[in-house]
Amino acid sequence: MIGNISLNSFLVISTLMFFIGIYGFLTRRNLITMLMSIELILNSVNINFVVFNRFLYPNQLQGHFFSLIVIAVAASEAAVAIAIIINIYRNFKSIDVENLDQMKF
Amino acid sequence: MSSYAYTLLIPLIPFFVFVCVGMAEDKLKGKLGGLIGTAGLGIATFLSYYTAFKYFVADHVAGTGYTSLKAFELTWLHLTDKLTINLGILIDPISVMMLVVITTVSFMVHIYSLGYMEGERGFARFYAFLSLFSFSMLGLVLATNLFQMYIFWELVGVSSFLLIGYYYEKPSAFSAAKKAFIVTRFADLGFLIGILILSFNTGTFDFKELTNPHGVAIASMGGAAFMGLSVITWALIFIFIGGAGKSAMFPLHIWLPDAMEGPTPVSALIHAATMVVAGVYLVARLFPVYALGGPDALHVVAWVGGFTSLFAAVIATTQTDIKRVLAFSTMSQIGYMMLSLGVSGYGGEEGLGFMASNFHLFTHAMFKALLFLGAGAVIHAVHSNDMNEMGGLRKYLPITHMTFLIACLTIAGIPPFSGFFSKDEILAAAFNSNKILFGIEYFVAGLTAFYMFRLYYNIFWGKDRHYHHTPHEAPLVMTIPLMILAFGSVFSGFLPFHNLVTSDGLGFESHIDWMIAIPSILVGVVGIAIATVMYKKETALPDKVAGTFKYMYKWAFHKFYIDEVYLFVTKKIIFNYISRPVAWFDRHIVDGTMNGIAGLVQFASVSIKGLQSGRVQQYAFVFVTGAIALVLIYVYVL
Amino acid sequence: MNILTLFVVIPTLTIAGILFTKDLKQSRMVSAIGMTLQLILSAVLVYLYISERQAGNMAPMLFTFDALWIPSLNIHYAVGVDGISVAMIALTGVVVFAGIFASWKMEFLSREFFISLILLATGVFGFFISLDLFTMFLFYEIAVIPMYLLIGIWGSGPKEYSAMKLTLMLMGGSALLMVGILGIYFYSAPAGSPLTFNVLEIAKHQIPIEMQRFLFPFTFIGFGILGALFPFHTWSPDGHASAPTAVSMLHAGVLMKLGGYGAFRVAIYLMPEAAHEQAWIFIILTSISVVYGAFGAIFQKDLKYINAYSSVSHCGLVLFAVLMMNQSAFTGAVIQMISHGLMTALFFALIGMIYGRTHTRMINEMGGLMKVIPFLGVVYVIAGLASLGLPGFSGFVAEMTIFFGAYEHVDTFHRVATIVAVSSIVITAVYILRVVGTLLMGPITDKHFLHLEDANWYERLSTITLVLGITFIGMAPFWLSDMIHFSLAPLMAKLATIHLPGM
Repeated sequence: MIGNISLNSFLVISTLMFFIGIYGFLTRRNLITMLMSIELILNSVNINFVVFNRFLYPNQLQGHFFSLIVIAVAASEAAVAIAIIINIYRNFKSIDVENLDQMKF
Repeated sequence: MSSYAYTLLIPLIPFFVFVCVGMAEDKLKGKLGGLIGTAGLGIATFLSYYTAFKYFVADHVAGTGYTSLKAFELTWLHLTDKLTINLGILIDPISVMMLVVITTVSFMVHIYSLGYMEGERGFARFYAFLSLFSFSMLGLVLATNLFQMYIFWELVGVSSFLLIGYYYEKPSAFSAAKKAFIVTRFADLGFLIGILILSFNTGTFDFKELTNPHGVAIASMGGAAFMGLSVITWALIFIFIGGAGKSAMFPLHIWLPDAMEGPTPVSALIHAATMVVAGVYLVARLFPVYALGGPDALHVVAWVGGFTSLFAAVIATTQTDIKRVLAFSTMSQIGYMMLSLGVSGYGGEEGLGFMASNFHLFTHAMFKALLFLGAGAVIHAVHSNDMNEMGGLRKYLPITHMTFLIACLTIAGIPPFSGFFSKDEILAAAFNSNKILFGIEYFVAGLTAFYMFRLYYNIFWGKDRHYHHTPHEAPLVMTIPLMILAFGSVFSGFLPFHNLVTSDGLGFESHIDWMIAIPSILVGVVGIAIATVMYKKETALPDKVAGTFKYMYKWAFHKFYIDEVYLFVTKKIIFNYISRPVAWFDRHIVDGTMNGIAGLVQFASVSIKGLQSGRVQQYAFVFVTGAIALVLIYVYVL
Repeated sequence: MNILTLFVVIPTLTIAGILFTKDLKQSRMVSAIGMTLQLILSAVLVYLYISERQAGNMAPMLFTFDALWIPSLNIHYAVGVDGISVAMIALTGVVVFAGIFASWKMEFLSREFFISLILLATGVFGFFISLDLFTMFLFYEIAVIPMYLLIGIWGSGPKEYSAMKLTLMLMGGSALLMVGILGIYFYSAPAGSPLTFNVLEIAKHQIPIEMQRFLFPFTFIGFGILGALFPFHTWSPDGHASAPTAVSMLHAGVLMKLGGYGAFRVAIYLMPEAAHEQAWIFIILTSISVVYGAFGAIFQKDLKYINAYSSVSHCGLVLFAVLMMNQSAFTGAVIQMISHGLMTALFFALIGMIYGRTHTRMINEMGGLMKVIPFLGVVYVIAGLASLGLPGFSGFVAEMTIFFGAYEHVDTFHRVATIVAVSSIVITAVYILRVVGTLLMGPITDKHFLHLEDANWYERLSTITLVLGITFIGMAPFWLSDMIHFSLAPLMAKLATIHLPGM
């Protein structure tokens, strides 16, 4: 089944996901949504890893391993990020990114 | 090393007295400090007299000249490859003569001050400074080389500074001290530059080598010329600037009248008898160099001396502060000595002026110290310096009166007092060389007699004033020095100077030229007579005369406004137009540039700090755009 | 252990010791013991040095020790001293010793204060013993950095501004210096041989003249900034004015000498040809420094500013002499460094003590102090007289040696510069006497001053040590000048290989 789908289709979908993620990250004002956008970006990269592995080096597994690592990192990142967001909420009573510009100068 | 090695003690004893008394100043009760100082100087005086006897009489082989010899010398510092600074002791006629002068006057002043300074705060300090001065002055005259002389020259300057500023709580005293120091320091700058030039061209500091008339030093002096005069002439003129500063020659004289703020014994010692003649001594010391190497410089010396003697004598006739009259008189007399050196030639009869100058230095030290100490006794009695507040004191101060009269007659050049002989020799020397200067000196001789007797009559004659408490004669410790100095003033004229102190060490025949002497006595007598008419009884005459020469009088009274000119230069020009702009320049331009650089950095950081907005999304946007731009560049451009 | 290494070890141990102390009393006691040891060690070093020389040891540097530190860059920990560094070390020993006693009552954060002060001293000692350019630079930085803290924390007035200004300007100097030192390193040996930082090794080789022309200004200005070269001197008045007493003493007394010493040891010694070519620019600048500093001082009202400008003038004379490049002038430069170090430390110590009593440094607010604090007054007069070059004190010897050395040049340019420099002796007299007059003489202006107390034992100890140093050099300059004279031999030999007029 997967053999019928061309590499291009995978790349198109992953590119779409990537830019949707970028768009979301740049435009959303809610920290949670921004976090979700990052997840989209990471997953688009995962797709790339797996697909390239499948099409270019079918006998090797580095791409799979790498996407597993990314998933693990993404999970821990989400945990840390949500912890930060909760702390921000406790301090600012808001998770609107527009209000969070204290880290300047 | 020679049999004169003991002379090392002459300067060193006062130095140790200075260190000991200076360290233990607050622990020495009563007069102890003074007694230690006096005892120390007494020993030095004894040694000096012994040296003079040994040098001039005992060791002298009849028929030969006096040679100079080094009693002691050590290397103090290697200055350059060629130049070495030595410290040592040079014994020759003029240094031995100066030894006698300095120790005599200094010893008298030490004794006198035991009475005069009694009960002053810092009595021991006064003696410590006096000892320091004696040490420096003795070191100066005994110097074997020009640089040693400069070292002690500076030390003499600072001890003079300390002694003028002795009453440091009086602002006028300190500002006088400051003025004296800075003016002489300015002159010393000339001296130092002169030494630099002279030592570079001759390769030595040593007096013996420098002044050897057949030596390399004088021979090497033609050399390069600068602005029409040879380099050596310039060097000698610069050195003379140093001497002129110490000896209060015009126009560097302004510190001397103010220096009278110091205690009177100090004025007698430093500002009449010893330190102020250091300039004369300097020129005399280098005399062969001046006479053979730079006759043009010698003309400068003569004219400066002649002008100063006239200038100071005119001012002296108008002053009312008795110490200032004496100060201007000192300037005038030193002018005589300078002039005498300036008109002198080298060797034998030619060197009459040299001999006369030293002779006058010797007699002047005696009678001027006497005048100052006498004035001190007067001030001690009436507690004032102003002659308008004095009068009729001859009844109260008989000893002072007699000795003062002797001194006045001496300075007026009345025979047989010593001043007559020395002044006559100077006039003879001037007559042989330069008639204009000779005329000036004749006139000054008359003026001198006039202003000295004006002073004398105003103090001791005239109307009997009403004093707060009856003036009384000074105690014996003060009058004995007066009597000893009076003795010296009367009889030192009979010393055979023409055999002892001559330009080339050989004696020559000298006799009184009555063609010159008689008019000079007459001029003196006329001066005294005018003063007698004007001041013996209180009359309206002086005011009338002053009224006649109104502007002249006013100018002379204000010392020809030289002080004001200096004040203008220092306060206005140096302070306001150099120092203030420099300070401003430093704060605003130099420092401003540095602050400007800092400001520029700050400005740059302010203007780009907006980029650091703190908004995550903006950063991400810039990052993504950058990444995309890089990709596009990589793909399409490269 | 090598005796020179001890000069770094003892201060380090002292710092470690201070860490364990609890209050002012303990920490100042530890510092005093440490720095007394250091002073004794300096005296021992002088003694050992002289006896070694008399025994006929002719090596250019004595007590050398060399250990490879960073092999890849051939950086060594190399130490050794000649007469000049021995003299500088002795100076540092005396000034630090006096500085500790001048800060006897440093109540605020005393432990940290003494640590920083001694750290600074460590840097200075290390600098003077180093033969390796890299370690020299390292110690230089160690000496400069604590200065920021010392002024910024314990200073007075606009202390943050002054501390920042001083540090930034000195860091700017370091940056130039870094360029110079690295440049020297890359041309330190003939092609094929390993590169080296060792001064003695580099001196054997001639750096190509083109590179010298490029590197000399960097090195000279880099050190010159620390030596208050006009127009890079403005950190000095502000820095000194804000710094606490002991820091002013150390900074003006010793740290500014790193500039002169470095300019001499690195810039002139390693790059004589370029130095000779470019000297005229810097001679003009230093002559300006000398006169300009003195004129600047006339106008100031704050005691510390007066002294800072006076330092600009005196340190200008050091660099002036270094640039004259002949034996006498070099000797004079070293004597002037030592003399100025002692004198200015004495001045700052006295200013600190007077300030501690009157709580003002403005001369027009004071007057007649001689009557109430005679000891400090007399010492102030002595310091003043020494500063204006009175014979019998060290300043005179130094100035005269410099002037006569400088005048050995036969060309008009050098002579005019010399005469300009000589004229500073009059201007110095003006400002010194002005201060002495207003401050000490005359009637007492403020009745609060009537109850001031004269110096305590530790203040007396501090000032008398310095006065003794000044008088000793002034009275018996020959041992110092001979010591320096001998150590100049390698440099003079190197200068003789290039043809220079006026040598």
